[in-house]
Amino acid sequence: MTGAVLSALVGHWWRSPLQLITLLAGLALATALWSGVQAINAEARASYDSAASALDEGTLPRITRADGGPIAQDSYVALRRAGWLVSPVIEGQLGEVRLVGIEPLTAPQGSGQGSGLPGLPGGADLGDFLSDPGQILARPEVLARLPRTGARHVAAEDAAPDMAVTDIGVAQRLLDRPGQIDRLILSGEQPRARPALEEVVPGLILTAAQEGADLARLTDSFHLNLTAFGLLSFAVGLFIVHGAISLAFEQRRAMVRTLRALGVPLRRLIALMALELAVLALVAGLIGVALGYLMAAALMPDVAATLRGLYGAEVSGQLALRPSWWISGLAIAMGGTAVAAGGALWSLARTPLLGAVHPRGAGMARWRGGQAAAALGLLAVAGGLALWGQGLLAGFAMLAALLIGGALALPPLLALLTGLAQGRATSAFGQWFWADTRLQLPGLSLALMALMLAMAANLGVSTMVSSFRLTFTGFLDQRLAADLYVGATDAAQAEAILAVAATHADAILPALATEGQVAGRPVQIQGIRDHATYRDNWQFLRAAPDVWDALARGEGVLVNEQLFRRAGLDLGATVPLGAGPALPVLGIYGDYGNPVGQVTLTEDRFRALFPEVQALRFGLRVAPDRIDALRDRLRDRAGLPDAAMTDQAAVKAAALSVFERTFTVTTALNVLTLAVAGFAILMSLLTLAAMRLPQLAPVWALGVTRRRLAALDLLRTVVLAALTGALALPLGLALAWALLAVVNVEAFGWRLPMHLFPLDYLRLGGLALLAAALAAAWPAWRLSRIPVAQLLGVFRHER
Amino acid sequence: MNVKAVALALILPLAAQAQGFAGLGTEAQDFAEPVPGHVLHFPADHGPHPDFRIEWWYLTATLTGPDGTPYGLQWTLFRSALAPQDGTGWDTPQLWMGHAAVTTPEAHFAAERLARGGIGQAGVEADPFSAWIDDWAMQGLDLDRLRLTAAGTDFAYDVDLRATGPLVLHGQDGYSVKSAAGQASHYYSQPFFDLAGTLSLPEGDIPVTGQAWLDREWSSQPLAQDQQGWDWFSLSFEGGDKMMGFVLRGDADYTSATWITAEGQATAFPDGAFAARPLDLTPVAGRQVPTTWQVTLPDRGVDVTVTALNPDAWMGVSVPYWEGPVTITGSHAGTGYLEMTGYGDD
Repeated sequence: MTGAVLSALVGHWWRSPLQLITLLAGLALATALWSGVQAINAEARASYDSAASALDEGTLPRITRADGGPIAQDSYVALRRAGWLVSPVIEGQLGEVRLVGIEPLTAPQGSGQGSGLPGLPGGADLGDFLSDPGQILARPEVLARLPRTGARHVAAEDAAPDMAVTDIGVAQRLLDRPGQIDRLILSGEQPRARPALEEVVPGLILTAAQEGADLARLTDSFHLNLTAFGLLSFAVGLFIVHGAISLAFEQRRAMVRTLRALGVPLRRLIALMALELAVLALVAGLIGVALGYLMAAALMPDVAATLRGLYGAEVSGQLALRPSWWISGLAIAMGGTAVAAGGALWSLARTPLLGAVHPRGAGMARWRGGQAAAALGLLAVAGGLALWGQGLLAGFAMLAALLIGGALALPPLLALLTGLAQGRATSAFGQWFWADTRLQLPGLSLALMALMLAMAANLGVSTMVSSFRLTFTGFLDQRLAADLYVGATDAAQAEAILAVAATHADAILPALATEGQVAGRPVQIQGIRDHATYRDNWQFLRAAPDVWDALARGEGVLVNEQLFRRAGLDLGATVPLGAGPALPVLGIYGDYGNPVGQVTLTEDRFRALFPEVQALRFGLRVAPDRIDALRDRLRDRAGLPDAAMTDQAAVKAAALSVFERTFTVTTALNVLTLAVAGFAILMSLLTLAAMRLPQLAPVWALGVTRRRLAALDLLRTVVLAALTGALALPLGLALAWALLAVVNVEAFGWRLPMHLFPLDYLRLGGLALLAAALAAAWPAWRLSRIPVAQLLGVFRHER
Repeated sequence: MNVKAVALALILPLAAQAQGFAGLGTEAQDFAEPVPGHVLHFPADHGPHPDFRIEWWYLTATLTGPDGTPYGLQWTLFRSALAPQDGTGWDTPQLWMGHAAVTTPEAHFAAERLARGGIGQAGVEADPFSAWIDDWAMQGLDLDRLRLTAAGTDFAYDVDLRATGPLVLHGQDGYSVKSAAGQASHYYSQPFFDLAGTLSLPEGDIPVTGQAWLDREWSSQPLAQDQQGWDWFSLSFEGGDKMMGFVLRGDADYTSATWITAEGQATAFPDGAFAARPLDLTPVAGRQVPTTWQVTLPDRGVDVTVTALNPDAWMGVSVPYWEGPVTITGSHAGTGYLEMTGYGDD
């Protein structure tokens, strides 16, 4: 009998291949969206983890020179001979390639993971690595971009992307920086007692690992965005899986009734249907994972470029099939199917043997009441968490409550709105339209909730990304206000720069900075010259009146947002600095991407407090058409290499092009989620189509043509989508706010100001309507061509 | 980078591991070779010999604390050349490795340092004598008066050494044969140091006194290809006589010994005169290591049992080996140091 039942179940798919395709496509699409986002996330993480661990710089503390200049090699030897277990690193551009010179004997254990050095066969390579002419290790594509160096170029697949590793001696020679070191990394184990750093070599600063891990924090910010997107796509995916499964059950109710009437035991039938679904879910899941992989592979170069450009993090543009997201993709297909099928099988088990083929319960109204209550409860929880929640977990819990609550609130709200419209409709036909729309809501609500989540997610994420971009470009304007940035290697060169700049630049803005402690936290302290550059460009989150004049008079200091939030230093609070008097906070400025607190004071005050700090870097103001001339003079007269001069326009252009790529990724994901939601609508409409005949037949009999009925169906879907979109707007904005103002603050310590982008929202709304219309087109077309006999049949059978 | 790979490479720059302990059995290529009849000159020969592939300054000491507790300490600087050249800067093909250890009856502390030559981080100068790697140093006006320091994460020591006897040349005027095939090294010792200083251990500082033994050896291929490791003994007997003896384990064992009188008169004994036989194996660091030995030199009436003060004196460094203080009972009594290499795992 099992065989017979199986052949009956399979026979259904055989007769209606379209239904099989929609079921598989629905499941596969949901899986693809989820696993694609996961893949991008996992890959990006893994890639820069490997890059960061290349020298373990993410986890190891390091020593740099306080003024940012190179460390003398003798200082390295002096530190080693004083018992400091440090290892030198030098870094520079060799053509297009970032060349990193390391000292393998002293490099902390395990720090070479990913740098291409581990797995030296028998140690012979280390001999070559250290022997003339030396080796340069990098991935083959990086080696291809290396100029001729004289050293042996060795391909290392496990090297960090976009980076070539060689011995420090070779690197010093190739970079033409003999005797120079950029930083020293400390190994985790140090001897029992060592003299203080300052006693051995003055002018060096030790950066604890966590503080130095700013790269990780920044990239985490981007990943948080992607993770949020992944969670949303998960929710949308669940809805679509549910829709696909419900469809499969609805369409086969008649067959199930027949089978049971023929004597198939309920248990066996349910078991076989569950088995069948499991096989289908597995197949669809595999297709979905493959699709997700393709999607991720297509988007990956953009994601990699985004991260690299934004934060300098190296992410390989290549994708590896990782078991974690592979399995999670399959799990969502199987799990989603199980959840959806559980309900369907449950209702199947409770259906009387010869019960109605299309049960439309009166319990719907009751259920809707419960749903509204649940939605209100969840939204209240979200509100409560927003007001009183603490920590990242609360932030995420709030996001979840907000999303689910918002989705659950949709059907009751739609019922309310259509009810209101029905009350206002004057014609009988109009009243019927709205009443019929209301009647469709239970069947469509899942798909509409998916649409709403998709729209809210898209709204939220694009608001966040766009806000991020606006804030960041504003921040760049603030921070890169000067036209040319130059860095000297020593005091003599600094003098030479000043001499040139005094006659050829409009203004000189020295960068004076040192390290200090405020409220027990390490902070950067910088002194700035009173100049219009700062007055015009700096934006404050909070500021006292006449903040610049007060600052110029030395009456206070400015602090960055991180210090304000962590140390609770609001306007008026006093900041003790060095030997001088404690000064009040005059203004608080945004300082995005900086993990450390910062105090800004006037140049005069700074020089009085820290007379030993020399300015080696300068911002120069000069008219754009004179920049090249200034560069030439600096190169010729001050001996400044091009690498030591940065044109702010070029930096800004690079930063902006990065955001364009971010948008490519976001747009692609937007279109995908909307496509998935549109698919959910399509399937719901297909499910409803057969059930609706008894409701449509009387209207048809009253003289409304099939064409008109079809047109009304199309209109109904678009109207519902429009209402859903309107309701998604506040949800999406709330989502963006939660990401920017709650989650980001908890995770990174700074709040991104939220900006609104009405045109983007309109475009998104248009896209959503288009998706809904496309989804409704085919069912409407089918309705317009439905055989008259079928409509007539309603009157014959249903009585 | 795996430090193990580094250190292996340091010891065996061009070799596969199968060739003797730590690659010491590999071909010497362009490096200088020890020759019999070569006359050692001091203090010049206290300094490095960059033309030879490997070289070491190897100091071990048996110590006593104020309450009579026995201790041991080790300070070793290895030089390994990738090519027979010296120079300055990163290009210098000379690599350095330091090992320091303190052994107590209950514990064994060890540390390792690696450094490149040519930049001042490690090196040896003959006159005034100075051997250093990072903050570890053995230095003084000459080799008779030295200050010795080293520190690891959980131990440190700072001791003074005073030589009370002459240098001792092993083998034939310092030409020490290591195999029947003729592999050899230049090898001399200063076994007559009195020591006083402080050990810094987790439980606190401990003032100690004792005796130290410095070995100086350099070569380019000291082991035959079939030799897998060695057991080396430096024994100081009550009454002032001392004995250095080693067994090179290979297809056929090769032994050598030097008898040193209290006045510093040395007598070399050829292969077979000296014998050492394991009496008891101890599981150490996942392998079986002989920590009790029967040691004999019948010509001098020596038949003693040599027992490790602490069987766990395992040096878990890049090229792991066993090195620790021993006590002597039997025909003679005394203390000494035992080094065992090539017991499994490299």
